[in-house]
Formats: sequence, C-alpha cells, structure tokens
Amino acid sequence: MPKLDVAEVSVRFGGNLALDRASFTAEEGAITGLIGPNGAGKTTLFNVVTGLLPPTSGRVSIDGRDITGLSPHKRARRGLARTFQRLELFTMLTVRENIRVAADIHRRWSRDPDDPAELTDSIIGRTGLRAVADTRVTALPTGQGRLIELGRALACKPSVLLLDEPASGQDETETEQFARLLRELADGGTAVVLVEHDVGLVMEVCDHIHVLDFGRMIAAGTPAQIQSDEAVLTAYLGSAKESA
Amino acid sequence: MEKFLIFTIVGLSLAATYAVIATGLVLTYTTTGIFNFAHGAAGMLAAFAYWQLRFDWNWPAPLALVVVLGVLAPAFGLLLERVVMRGLVGTSEATKLVVSISLLVGMIGLANLVWEPGLSRPMDTFFRGDTIDLGVTTITYHQAITIGVAVLVAVGLRFLLYRTRIGVSMRANVDDRNLALLNGARPDRVALYSWAIGSSLAALGGILIAPSVNLDAPSLSLLIVNAYAAAIFGRLRSLPLTFLGAVVVGLAEGYLFGYLPSDNQYLLGLRPAASVIVLFLVLLALPNPRLRTSGRLREFFPAPSGSGALLFAGTVLAAGVVLATTLDEVDQITYGQVFAIGIVALSLVPVLGMAGQISLCQMSFAAIGAVVVAHHGAGGNPLALVLAVIVAAAVGALVALPVLRLSGIYLALATAAFAVALDRWIFNLPDFDLGPVHVSMFELGSADVDPLEVFGYAFNTPSRLLLLSTVAFVAVALLVIAVRRSGFGRRLLAIRDSEAACATFGLNLVGTRLAVFTLSAGIAGLGGAVYGMQLGAITPGRFDLVTGLPIFMLVVVGGAGLVGGALFAGVSLYGVIPLVSSLAPSVAKITTVAPGLIGIGLGRNPSGATQQMGEGVSPLRRDRVALAAMFALMVVWYALRLLDVIANWPFVILLVLTFVVASAAAMVRARSSATSTEGDGKPEPDLEWVGVTVPWTTERVDAVDRALALEQVKVRAQA
Repeated sequence: MPKLDVAEVSVRFGGNLALDRASFTAEEGAITGLIGPNGAGKTTLFNVVTGLLPPTSGRVSIDGRDITGLSPHKRARRGLARTFQRLELFTMLTVRENIRVAADIHRRWSRDPDDPAELTDSIIGRTGLRAVADTRVTALPTGQGRLIELGRALACKPSVLLLDEPASGQDETETEQFARLLRELADGGTAVVLVEHDVGLVMEVCDHIHVLDFGRMIAAGTPAQIQSDEAVLTAYLGSAKESA
Repeated sequence: MEKFLIFTIVGLSLAATYAVIATGLVLTYTTTGIFNFAHGAAGMLAAFAYWQLRFDWNWPAPLALVVVLGVLAPAFGLLLERVVMRGLVGTSEATKLVVSISLLVGMIGLANLVWEPGLSRPMDTFFRGDTIDLGVTTITYHQAITIGVAVLVAVGLRFLLYRTRIGVSMRANVDDRNLALLNGARPDRVALYSWAIGSSLAALGGILIAPSVNLDAPSLSLLIVNAYAAAIFGRLRSLPLTFLGAVVVGLAEGYLFGYLPSDNQYLLGLRPAASVIVLFLVLLALPNPRLRTSGRLREFFPAPSGSGALLFAGTVLAAGVVLATTLDEVDQITYGQVFAIGIVALSLVPVLGMAGQISLCQMSFAAIGAVVVAHHGAGGNPLALVLAVIVAAAVGALVALPVLRLSGIYLALATAAFAVALDRWIFNLPDFDLGPVHVSMFELGSADVDPLEVFGYAFNTPSRLLLLSTVAFVAVALLVIAVRRSGFGRRLLAIRDSEAACATFGLNLVGTRLAVFTLSAGIAGLGGAVYGMQLGAITPGRFDLVTGLPIFMLVVVGGAGLVGGALFAGVSLYGVIPLVSSLAPSVAKITTVAPGLIGIGLGRNPSGATQQMGEGVSPLRRDRVALAAMFALMVVWYALRLLDVIANWPFVILLVLTFVVASAAAMVRARSSATSTEGDGKPEPDLEWVGVTVPWTTERVDAVDRALALEQVKVRAQA
C-alpha cells in the first residue's frame, strides 16, 4: 500500500479546471518527483493534499485511510508536513523560534518524548542554519528561507513530506547539500514528494517522477523513462508540429 | 392589515436609506479595497451641514441640498482620497481599518467641536405633513422621496458602471487593479471618482435619515452600522444583493417597530439592536474563508527582555506612587483612569498585537467585569474581582466561538456588532433570570461599585484606588510580557503571519484563537472591574463602542504588540488630554479631534510610537551610571516635593530636566566610549550596502558571510 495515495483529484476554479483527475502515489523511503510547466497545477495539488483547498472531486489517503474530509491540522497529525513555494515564515520570530513553534505544536499533539528545544537545536544543525539561528528571518535571503521552511516541517517529524520548489533561490552548493539532506530523510523512511523546477535536481534525487500538464498527469516513471517520454518532451518543449 | 402596510412602508423607507448608504460603502470598498468605517460619519457630517444651511441659516431646501450633496460631500470625498486614503494603498488590512476608525473618531470629534453636543437641533422631513393617499393606506412625501431616491440611485449606478467609460474602468479596477493599470486605466482617477460618489451617497443617506432620529454625532454615525449589515449581505461586492440586504434589515426594523409590545422592557431594546443582530447573523452565515497565508506585514514588535520588563514595571509603579502622593483628590480621580483604562488596553495586546485578530468589543468585556463587581463586590469582597475575570472570560469565549473563523474586517464588524447589541439592548435591560442565575445589568441607569477591601484594608480613597489600579496594571503587564515570551505567545505571532503554515504543522487554530480571546476578555473584565471601582458608579455610556474605539486606535498607534502601547493609550486618553484641557482651556475642544488625527498618521509608522520612544531611551538604559544618578536625583526631588519644599509644577519640571540631562549624558558617554574602542559600540552598517556605500573591508565581508551562513571566504581588503 502506498504511504500517500492521491486519487482522481479535480479542482475547478469557476470555469477553469485547475486539476483534472490527477492521481499519484508516494512510497515510504522514496523520493517522488512532481514536475510540470508553470501553471500545471502542482501547488494546487499540494494544497489539496494538505487540506488548504477542498477538491471538487477526488480522494486523498494516507496509509490507506481516507483523509479528504479532514481539516489541515488533523492531516498534519497523520504525519503530513509541507513547505511553501511562497515562503510562509513567521516574520516576527528568529530562525530558532520559527522552528521551535513547529516543534512545540508537534509536541502538543504527539506523545513524542523529545524535548522541543533539543529537537529544534538538532534541526538547526542538520539544516546548516547554526550561524543565523538567532537572526530574525526577514533579514535572510530566500535560499535560507527555504531551509527554515524545511526545518519547520522536519520539526513535525513527518512521515510524508511535501516540498514545494525547495531549491529555487538556492545556489549550487546549497542545492547539493539539499539533495544530500533529502536522501538522508528518505533513507530514514520518510515519503518525500518534491515539486521542483530544477530538472537536474529532480533527475538526480528522485526515485519516481510524475509529470503534470494543464492539470492532468501525462506521464509517470523512473527518471530515465521520463527523460525519453514523448508527451513530456511535448509539454516542456512544444511538439514538433507546432514548432515547425 | 392597514397596520401591516404602514409598517411595511416604514420598513421600506428605512431600507431605502440603508441601501443608499450601503451602496456608497460597497462602491468605495470594491474599487479601492478600503472598508471605510467612517462612511457613516461622513453621512453624519453631511446631515449636520444640511441642518446648518437649511434650518439654522434658513436657506431654501433645494439650494442647501445642492450645496451639501453636489459640492461639500464630493469635495470631502476627494479630500479624503488625496490626504488619507491614497497613502493606504498596499498597507495591511489592520492598518487600513485603524485609519478609517480614526477617521470615524475624528469626525465625531469634529462634529462635537463645531456643533456643541446636547443642544436640540430639530430637523424637518421633506414636505412635512404632506401625504399621498394609496387607497388602503397613505405614504408621506418624505417616505416616497426616500424610496424614490433609492430606486434612482440603483438605476443611476447601474448606468454609471455599465454604460460610461469611468464606470467600466471602475469595474476593471475591481477585477484586477494591476491588469487595469497595464491596459491604460488610471486607478487614481477611479479612486477619486469613487470616493466622491461614495461620500455623496453617504451624505444623501445621512440627510434622509436624520429627521427620524436625534441629530447626535455618535448615534448618527453608528446608525449606519445598520447599512453595514446590508453591505455584508452583498459580501461587500454585489450591489443587487446589497439592496436586498437593505430591504431585509429595513423591513425587520419596521415590523419590530410596529409589532413589538412597547410596554415590555426586555424587548424594548431589541428594535434598535435588530440591525446589528442581523449583521451578526449574516456574518455567521458567510462561508468559511480560506486560511490566510503570509500577508507581508510591516509591523514588528520585539520580545521584551527580562530587565526591560522589570524596568517598565518599576517605572510605572514609581509613577503611580508619585501621582498618588503629590496630586490632589480631583486630579487623582482624573489621572487614576490612566491605569484602569490601561488594563483594558492591555487586553488588546495578546489578541490584536500578537495574534492579529481585530476585536472592537473589549470595552464590552470591561463592562461585564464592572457589572460583576457592582453586584457581587458589596463591601469590597476580593472574590468579586476573580469572578469578574471569570465571567468576562466566559462571555469572551462564548462570543469568540461563532466569530472565530472570520478574520480582518469581517471579524472587526462582528465584534463591533456584538458591542452595539450590548449597548443598545442588553445593558439597558432590567434584572432578569437566566435559568437559575439572576442577572443584573446597570439597573436601568447606574450601578454602584464598592471599592476593594483586602484583609480589612479598604481602597476607599482616590489615592488608594490609584495605587490599586497601578499595581493591577503592572501585574497584568507582566503577565502579558510573560505570554509574549512563552510558547503560547510564539504561536500567536505565528498565526498572525500565516494561518496556513500553522495549520499544516498540526495547530488547531480554533483552539488557539479561542484561548487568546478568552484571555483578553478576562483581562478586559479585570480592567473594567478596577475602572468601575474608580468611578464608584457605572453607567452603560462609559463602556459603549464609541468609547472603546479611541482605546483600540491608540493601542495600535502606540504599538499593539507591546505593553508600552497599552500604557500609551491610557496616558494619551486620560493623561495628556485632561492635562492639556486643564492647562489651556481654549484648546481643550481640539483634544476631541486629537485621537482621530493621531490615528490617521499611523499609516506611516505601523510598528507604533512606543518603539521609537524605546529606541530614544536605549542609550540611557544601557548606561548604569547615568541611570542610577537620574533615579537618585529624582528621589531627591520627590523628597523635596513630599516635604512641600517645592510645588507640583517645579517638581514636574525638575523630573523632566533630570531625564533630559541624564539621556543626553548617556548618549555622549556612549559615543565617546564607542570612539575609544574603535567602532565597537557603533551600529553595524547595513550589510546589503557593503561595497556600495559601505567600505569593503575584511571584517565587513566576514560579517556578510556570517549573515549568509557561508564559510568565511578569505578576501583581501582592497584599500
């Protein structure tokens, strides 16, 4: 049974079908990539999975249990965590406090014996934010903002981690570190779902890739399969006929 | 049947007025994104202006109408747009709200300044006495004109929006301001037009409704809360639904007017409260909003340090002692209110400053606290204070439950509606039984409050009461600071920035918001209880919405996330204003407008005034020598004052001088020590400008690397 199962999800905004029966699954201990051109519906799909946006139709389940009707915080309590493409940092707080808020919240609903302060500190170490731990987040560049978002998500000790364009705004070294961190997380048993524009990163770290275009899943497979898929090439580069 | 028709007509003519006002509100809101709380106040000013021209100066009605509706009102709208509203583009919803509330407070102040309140200003209806016979019943000319005007407004707006060039660009502006801009529309001009038209519509409504009520600034400004109910029906967007809402509200009021038994004291207040109850219900029926994501707020409130909190507490306590021992009884009563109202203001810090939830009904919770000590605190029983906190907190939780999912202006309107419903109805009820509980309100006038008595010590003199409220203020301030530094406080700040992010970590937003509402209602209840003891006898008028608005506004101006902001509100309202009035009676009247003017300036500095003041005294705070010397000198002046060697004014002047000299000395010392240790105490230059305006040195490059969490790169400084 897949860890996360998204089945036939459609979202309609007025006359615009943002998602058209989109399905994908994510397995424990694997990194699943979700790619597609701008406006394909990737972030909308994440919003549906985390409960921020109710789908017009379709079903989302974790461990085979339907969570479509649950509110966002209840889904989080089933082990779901995410980062945001448009950063959603807590601007009045420092880096440490940002992560600590998430750790405290996690501590409140879980029976996790870990001390939130220690958990926060270990995450700061893992994400390489030690040097800026006591800086207010608004003073930091976007690349580090993404790391803070990741740190907050990790503080919830998720079993399913959704990352929305985590590498945008990061330079090459940061991206490399990031890829290593993702691999570590997956090896620890987390189901990681990655929405990303950096095709290099996606092809390098993902075990399995789903391709979304105009709200529809047009392809799925291993990185090698996706790289040679006709439909994917058409979606990204335009078809031979059109360009001719 | 005839009675039914009569009250249908009454209801429809009310509906027509509300529709006219509400469409003006919707028009300005949709085209400019500013929900104008002062919309009703504009109508109020217009009604006063019309009365002045038509009845005081005896101008003919058509001329007076043309001048008010065609010249004064649009000019006022244009002025508003140019001076105030234009500066609000791109600010947070809370800032916009506070500025428009400030306008409301300022306009009420202005009306009271020009037209002395309390005088009778009779205003005739149009064609008084003339009626049209409709067969089964009659309709007065005024009613017919009112309904006719509403229909004309509806048709006219439809034509304007769909058939004229400016109307089309108005609608484009509603859909997408940036897109309209790209296509060559001019949003500024659109905004000017909508403020002018909106202001005229408010004026029209104000003039139509004024003859049927007293020409009284606050009540006329708030009457228009009724029109807000209509506007919310149309979700602040749809004009047809707004008209429908106006009909519902108007008819409800009309029928209540006709069919409520007039001898039942319990239901008497229901009619004036009907529209706010409708407003409340409509707000509850709104669909769940999407969870708010990051709003990019400009405000920032640092966490107070432990030593800062202690210094604040010590200073306030010392100030309280000094006031209690140097002032005469009359002044003790006046300035004692600073701290009591300060507690109510403190109740806004967690809910508004930290969680970003707008509550306009804190004064209502204060009233509940005051009522509880009035009825249970006979003989100064301290348990009554505890009970006041508990009851106010419980009511707070009860109110919060249904309105929690709302946010922004909807939450503001719901809490305002609650406050108005209490003002107009509940507070004016005689005693009643709620199941086994006997409930007393203000006993149809005023209720007496006994001063607190602890272990035989009664706080029964003005100076003792002043000390009591000072101590209570300091205790609550320390509590609020503790909240800010706790995990709960961090969660509140997190919610303020991004509800969506908090929910995805597993935070139950409803529970957290409920907790903060309950906490703040409890604090407000305590404030009300202490305030009630200072007043001795409480009346509903001390706690109504219009009294609460300046407090709300000044807390935001002072800095809503800081306890200093609350003190700022208390000191401004009950310290500075009475002081100015007593020093210079000639300018006393101006002080009624002052709070409004202060608030309007907020857009420029959303983090509040106290923070700037805090930065001003920070060198002094760090300089222990200067600080100790200052306090020692102040103690000496205080001793001299107590021995009656000096009078009050020299004492105040000496205190101020000592403070000024001490801060200047601290600043000089800080500067000289900074130069001696080679830039150690200097503020770090802005790192973004290293290499541009800031010299490119090794230390600075290292600082940049540290800030970016990079490994230290070895760069040679280029001389």
